[in-house]
Amino acid sequence: MLTLLFDGIAYGMLLFVLAVGLAVTLGLMNFVNLAHGAFAMAGGYVTVLLMDRAGVPFLATLPLAFLIPAVFGAVAERTLYRPMYKRPHLDHVLFSIGLVFMAIAAVDYAVGSQQQIIKLPAWLQGRFEIAGVGIGKYRLFIVVVCLVLTALLQWVLARTRFGSRLRAAVDDPRVARGLGINVNTVFSVTFAVGSGLAGLGGALGAEVLGLDPSFPLKFMVYFLIVVVVGGTTTITGPLLAALLLGIADVFGKYYVPQLGAFIVYLLMVVILYFRPQGLFGRSAS
Amino acid sequence: MNTTSASIAAATRWRPWELALLVALPASWFLAGEGHSILGNEIAIFALFALSLDLILGYAGIISLGHAAFFGMGAYSAALFAKHVMPDPLVGLAVGIAAATVTGALSSVLVMRGSDLARLMITMGVAAILYELANKLPFTGGADGLQGVVMGPLLGRFEFDLYGRTAFGYSLVLLIVGLLIARRIIASPFGWSLRAIRDNRLRAAAIGLNVDQRLGVIYTISAAMAGAAGALLAQTTGFASLDVLDFHRSADTMLMLVIGGAGWLWGGVLGALGFKVLHDLLSAWTPQYWTFWLGLFLVVLVMVGRDRFFKPWTWWKKS
Repeated sequence: MLTLLFDGIAYGMLLFVLAVGLAVTLGLMNFVNLAHGAFAMAGGYVTVLLMDRAGVPFLATLPLAFLIPAVFGAVAERTLYRPMYKRPHLDHVLFSIGLVFMAIAAVDYAVGSQQQIIKLPAWLQGRFEIAGVGIGKYRLFIVVVCLVLTALLQWVLARTRFGSRLRAAVDDPRVARGLGINVNTVFSVTFAVGSGLAGLGGALGAEVLGLDPSFPLKFMVYFLIVVVVGGTTTITGPLLAALLLGIADVFGKYYVPQLGAFIVYLLMVVILYFRPQGLFGRSAS
Repeated sequence: MNTTSASIAAATRWRPWELALLVALPASWFLAGEGHSILGNEIAIFALFALSLDLILGYAGIISLGHAAFFGMGAYSAALFAKHVMPDPLVGLAVGIAAATVTGALSSVLVMRGSDLARLMITMGVAAILYELANKLPFTGGADGLQGVVMGPLLGRFEFDLYGRTAFGYSLVLLIVGLLIARRIIASPFGWSLRAIRDNRLRAAAIGLNVDQRLGVIYTISAAMAGAAGALLAQTTGFASLDVLDFHRSADTMLMLVIGGAGWLWGGVLGALGFKVLHDLLSAWTPQYWTFWLGLFLVVLVMVGRDRFFKPWTWWKKS
């Protein structure tokens, strides 16, 4: 029971790291980016390929799993995404679905369509017991890493100059611009960091979520649920939504496996019906 | 006649090219012959499905990524009805439409409020819920699909043949009926009010339109039409699988509509045709990786802008 809860929390934290970049993108530029999962997949493949083909140790691949998607993100934001911001939402949807299709086929071509298996180092395998609760070492590792990342994000947002600029830009881009904040730069940096975090999440999650070319489509709904249910105005909203989703999904699959993801979708539809701006979001205009 | 009613009358008048298109549809049945009827049948069904999406996306401005929900509902209920109750296609069609209409009416409440994003998620969620149900319920066949659907002859006279001649004719007739109904709807005051809601919801409400009710009505009509398309697919192929509810199905249909042009009656028909041609060309060229080129096409289409993309002579003009 508590083991399940712990697994759920680990899953939720992972989803949070994966989706937090998407929350900022949506909140800041009102851009519906369905291609967010593609960056996560890039991170996952960076780790798997480096370990498999170059023999790099697991921990050493993680910074690269952050950096490479971040660079991808920065370049894509500059060249592809920026002209899209002013377009209607339908264009966003079509454009990012197109990117997803391209990413899936490109990875399929480059690496192959089989499920990638990640070989964890020995010290992360197995589980141990604390007071009768079995805890997977890797799950614990995920939780610790994600907690550190969350604390770091919260600190950046709340305490640094960049964080206050970002919050100002999210609240009202026009006024922020008027105050001399370069909203475009703020957004580029945020997009890159968000893509990087997704990549890191993809690398960490390769063992838990599985990794194959259809990853961006399979988990697109989950990322969007986190963002839509959590709201885009705070960082705690998506965090709570991710934990809720992670725990609900793990419990649902364990106790009523015949229902599958049914419960998650049903919950989402019900929540969105009663609170279209998200569970924890302020009502946006 | 004043200018307003003149412009409304202009929209209802049959133009020569519209009549030509309307004649071209039945003519395609004779041209297809035994070799291409199955393909034509598929295109006609997708055209009807894309048309139904056009009603809500193009005219009412509801971005839906889960329209396959109604397509699948129609397909599964028509297949189940034919398998367990009676094999008559027309009664089965009515059952499929009815099931999709009820689903549409129930879920229309969900799309009336919230932002574009919330609606996107809700429509996708409804389709996902139905997908999970079809996957797990004991009588739908799960991942194997619903097999062994045998249809009776159409109108008690025309057997469904191996070459899809009957199937193609059946689907074409329904497509034409669908087009005429849709044309009537969008030329009516109700159709104009939908466009007002799409362009500015707040102002539409301010002039006294009951926005929620109108969106609900068109969403239900659109669901019924999608259900008819789904029922047609299940009946003419004798098979219903999870594929009819898949996310791909909704995304592909949206793509068809964008190729053909949303907010235009013939967009669905031309889009389905264009999509199928594109699909066949690409998958003949690279069978495994054709989605890459499809994605690239989509990205370029959106970046350039649909209007400019299909009018090459405007490419080098300043916009």
